[in-house]
Amino acid sequence: MNVRSQVSMVFHLDKCIGCHTCSVACKNIWTDRKGAEYMWFNNVETKPGTGYPTKWEDQEKYKGGWESNGNGKLDIKSTSRTKIIPNIFHNPHMPSMDDYYEPWTYDYQNLFNAPEGSDQPTAEPISMIDGEKIDVQSGPNWDDDLGGSPIYAENDPNLEGLTEQQKLQLSSVERLVFFYLPRICNHCLNPCCVASCPSGALYKRGEDGIVLIDQKKCRAWRSCVAACPYKKTYFNWFTGKSEKCLLCFPRLETGQAPACFHSCVGRIRYLGVLLYDADRIEEIAKLPDDELVEGHRSMILDPFDPEVIANAKRSGISDGVIESAQRSPVYQFVVKWKIALPPHIEYRTLPMLFYVPPMSPVQASKPEDTIHHASEDLFHDIDASRVPMKFFANLFGAGHEGVVRYALRKQKAVRWHRRAETVGDVDRATADRMLHEANCTREEAEEIYKLTSLCTFEDRFVIPPMHREQAIEMMKEPHEHRTETGFGFVGGPQRGL
Amino acid sequence: MSQHFLDQFLFVALPYVCLFTFFLMTVYRYRMQSFSYSSLSSQFLENKHHFWAVVPFHYGILVVTAGHMIAFLIPRTILAWNSHPLRLYVLEVSALAFGLLTLVGLIGVVVRRFSNTKIKNVTTPTDWILFVMLLLQTISGISVALFHPWGSAWFASNLSPYLWSIFKLNPDVSYVAAMPHLVKFHIVLAFLTIGFFPFTRLVHVLVIPNPYLWRKPQVVRWYGRRG
Repeated sequence: MNVRSQVSMVFHLDKCIGCHTCSVACKNIWTDRKGAEYMWFNNVETKPGTGYPTKWEDQEKYKGGWESNGNGKLDIKSTSRTKIIPNIFHNPHMPSMDDYYEPWTYDYQNLFNAPEGSDQPTAEPISMIDGEKIDVQSGPNWDDDLGGSPIYAENDPNLEGLTEQQKLQLSSVERLVFFYLPRICNHCLNPCCVASCPSGALYKRGEDGIVLIDQKKCRAWRSCVAACPYKKTYFNWFTGKSEKCLLCFPRLETGQAPACFHSCVGRIRYLGVLLYDADRIEEIAKLPDDELVEGHRSMILDPFDPEVIANAKRSGISDGVIESAQRSPVYQFVVKWKIALPPHIEYRTLPMLFYVPPMSPVQASKPEDTIHHASEDLFHDIDASRVPMKFFANLFGAGHEGVVRYALRKQKAVRWHRRAETVGDVDRATADRMLHEANCTREEAEEIYKLTSLCTFEDRFVIPPMHREQAIEMMKEPHEHRTETGFGFVGGPQRGL
Repeated sequence: MSQHFLDQFLFVALPYVCLFTFFLMTVYRYRMQSFSYSSLSSQFLENKHHFWAVVPFHYGILVVTAGHMIAFLIPRTILAWNSHPLRLYVLEVSALAFGLLTLVGLIGVVVRRFSNTKIKNVTTPTDWILFVMLLLQTISGISVALFHPWGSAWFASNLSPYLWSIFKLNPDVSYVAAMPHLVKFHIVLAFLTIGFFPFTRLVHVLVIPNPYLWRKPQVVRWYGRRG
């Protein structure tokens, strides 16, 4: 057993209101620079929808993630080791700016400088790349809240395997439904971006599992952009370096939650440490599709198990981190309650960001003037939800409905339980039966309820001590470092000529 | 007499200045500004014509440069290979073919950068100077192959000893003094390009060697506790 710690995340989609505050907080801190204007380390997508970059989930197009090469080994789909050498000059699966959008601003000067005329002057859109006037065709969140559904929502790759009737239901006006999918880097256990980099510029931090790009080692071979199936590494067109979400590690190291977590209005985000067995990464990544979710979960170790604790200490994990893992909200959602699921685990990168699938309204039809619901129950049958189970399964269960149904059924049972407790219009016995069917106890339902609805800042973000002083000790005396830090003649990074 | 001085300047002084600049500045830039070491790929901004320009150029120039290096390093083997006329023809024709491939690719690269405003925007004056140098060098190289044939033979017998004399710090210009002007131009421009090299995006050539094919797929960095 090779115990490692990983800062992991849960996004509770049932609470996401799609306000994009996370995206803006991140943008203002990290990607408000030349060459990075089009990058959104954090973005929020409407589902069903094609997302950003357009249709990122369509791996027939983008060739992201891992694939089995037939010899029982995993290969990078875009450029495996042997394929990268002949393809290093032109990456065959590199997305281009057209797949994202061309960033633009407006010609505001024209409002002041336009010559006198019979019309009001206008500020026309101009490209942020070459300054030319552009006809804006798309932008970030062009399909927000199902805008342009016939182009976007109806081409969502997750609609695969749905019946025509289900697809129709998702797009007819009186029956449509959507939910939000906020996305950041998943800081995977088996990251494709890291494995694909010819320069070895990408790496996973051993102590907390954050995946980073060494800007001094990146040489713009672009492999990571093509390899990441979530398209969460971006190419800076100006500096010629790839960039990605860094989970705000400078904030984490000083005990603050990442900016997108901190600013989340719906309080949907949870952050905490998970301990896992690094020896099992390869074995789990090779499992057949239907065993991936369970296998991934089985890698995560019980932080209360004395054997795990002993092994963690042997691996150099500090007591503070172990204690933090014991209080981790992520462990509760993912392992204990099993209601948070990894996105698209069939890409086999073993993502460490988990999603609680959202509840959706009951199916409805409008044969005449009034809308008829498929169920009159306030808390209807999960399988009668407007978002088809198969859609969730494609997103969170590698196409298999079981794990998703389990998570939704448990959420529903918690609602019945709380309804019985507070409102009283639900019969206690019925609520208990629901809990029983959902493999949930009253105590567990209360815990889920509390961490979902009444969670404080400290409940949501259990940030482990990062021990940066240990890193500094390697180089010099910490007290000496303290007196010198911030001084010197280190120049800023400059683009090559 | 003045011809003698000119030869001394072009084939002794200039090469040393350029080689010295090359070694000093590449190391200096790598140590002080490693962030600037990048191929500065433009594939992200323009992906339609990229393949048809960049791929022929790189394969062309890599093979041609490798050919020059081989003739420099193992001239006797090349001469032995050329002892049979057919093998000489094969070598010359393939060298010319890769030279033409380089030219086609290079023209593609320049046209692409010039015609697309987005890429033009990220092309620096240094890039344009480099393109002119490379174009002249490629055209002069192809011209040498056409007008002064059997270069693989006379390069190995005459220029290889000259280059070795430079590296042995015992320069001997007698090997090049009698060369045609076109060949002299090609040699001088080659040294100038080497001297200009560390100030351009060409430095990405130097950072290709890496243990990618041998390393473990996943890279983990620790504070220093392990590896």
